[in-house]
Amino acid sequence: MSKFPDDLKYAKSHEWVKVDENGVATIGISSHAQSALGDIVFVELPETGTTVNAKDEVAVVESVKAASDVYSPVSGEVIEVNELLEDEPETVNVSPYENGWFYKLQLNDEAELDELMYADAYAEHCDDE
Amino acid sequence: MVDFAGWSMPIHYGSQLEEHKQVRCEAGVFDVSHMTIVDVEGADAEPYLRSLLANDVARLDVLGRALYSGMLNENGGVIDDLIVYRMAFGFRVVSNCATREKDLAWMRSIAGSFILEINERPDLSILAVHGPASIDRVCKLLDSDSAEAVRNLGNFRGQMLDQWFIARTGYTGEKGLEIILPDKDVAGLWDQLLSHGVNPIGLGARDTLRLEAGMNLYGHDMDESISPIAANMAFSIAWDPLERDFVGRKAITAHLEQQRQGHFPELAGLVLEQRGVLREGQRVITENGDGIITSGSFSPTLKHSIALARIPVNSENCQVEMRGKLVAVRKVRPNFVRFGKKVFE
Repeated sequence: MSKFPDDLKYAKSHEWVKVDENGVATIGISSHAQSALGDIVFVELPETGTTVNAKDEVAVVESVKAASDVYSPVSGEVIEVNELLEDEPETVNVSPYENGWFYKLQLNDEAELDELMYADAYAEHCDDE
Repeated sequence: MVDFAGWSMPIHYGSQLEEHKQVRCEAGVFDVSHMTIVDVEGADAEPYLRSLLANDVARLDVLGRALYSGMLNENGGVIDDLIVYRMAFGFRVVSNCATREKDLAWMRSIAGSFILEINERPDLSILAVHGPASIDRVCKLLDSDSAEAVRNLGNFRGQMLDQWFIARTGYTGEKGLEIILPDKDVAGLWDQLLSHGVNPIGLGARDTLRLEAGMNLYGHDMDESISPIAANMAFSIAWDPLERDFVGRKAITAHLEQQRQGHFPELAGLVLEQRGVLREGQRVITENGDGIITSGSFSPTLKHSIALARIPVNSENCQVEMRGKLVAVRKVRPNFVRFGKKVFE
């Protein structure tokens, strides 16, 4: 049993991605990332309709401690953003994998998922940092 | 937990924002035993401190009374900022932690032929209890005479109660007390406070609280290379009497004159009412030249970012370079929140 959800894949830069059967990827940041950032006070999200590439800076998280870039773990067109985070950014601290998701995109290339880590490997990556 | 000048200290005990709110709305306790306590005793303690400090301890007209002061070098740079209390034995100085060794060395070097003793007090701890309910909650733990004495303390006044020194001083902009007590008593008081609804507060909230109150943080808003004139500390300089010749007087007199002529920086408040957080080190661009943010954070009380910035005096149009973009900010007096309320226009 990993300390990170097993049904997600993770980037080294601490984003998670979950892909549904229609190729829609939901992206957020891991519990490790939110915890390291501390209380989150602003989240700047990408605009719906923009096309992003894997590893692009797509969002910014500002916590009481620091500003942090969020890099898209996969490429595609942004089809929805989590507007709840505009008013209640602390949702990312409370529920990083459920209510605290950042944006959804229509996946361009499923092969990009192979570049990402499973929960166990990600847990090791966090331990090594 | 982080290492803070050799002390292991918590950034927060759970949530920095919750802790901040706890102090603004109720009561919280900070373990600030890392601060340096130095007792100055002896026949010349007063003339010595009048020569050492930019503020004038002769103004401390009654026992327990406190004042805030800078301790300057000859160039007018701030060696440290501190609180000094008049005590029965002389004076008690509470200064920063990271500056302990240099402060003591400096204080000893100025002592010269003054007849006095400078005694560090590592045997004492400090708990700061702050928030609208703080005094009531502390008083519940005291006998009725002591509680009465504490309730009657005015701001910047303190009193010795047996082995404990209790004063109405602090670093949050809220009502509250600082309790200086023997190490052996501190854990007991801490536990009692926690069981009476006074929650522990970490360094993170301590920083956002003091920033909202427009209070300087040594090593960030000023240091040995910065004049108190450029650090919003003019209020703590006692210019009268003219004949009092404290260390750095000549230098800061010149700084003040330069500032009057528009050629010396000032420490201003900045407010960003849109999204984003102002951070220390960011460049400030004004019509009179560049400045720098010396402290910046999200203000949990105001729900937007605030900062202290050292900028050319009399600048009105300020922009901050944030992550590659120029963002307009509003300049205000460097005092944002007092007693839980916004205090700038």
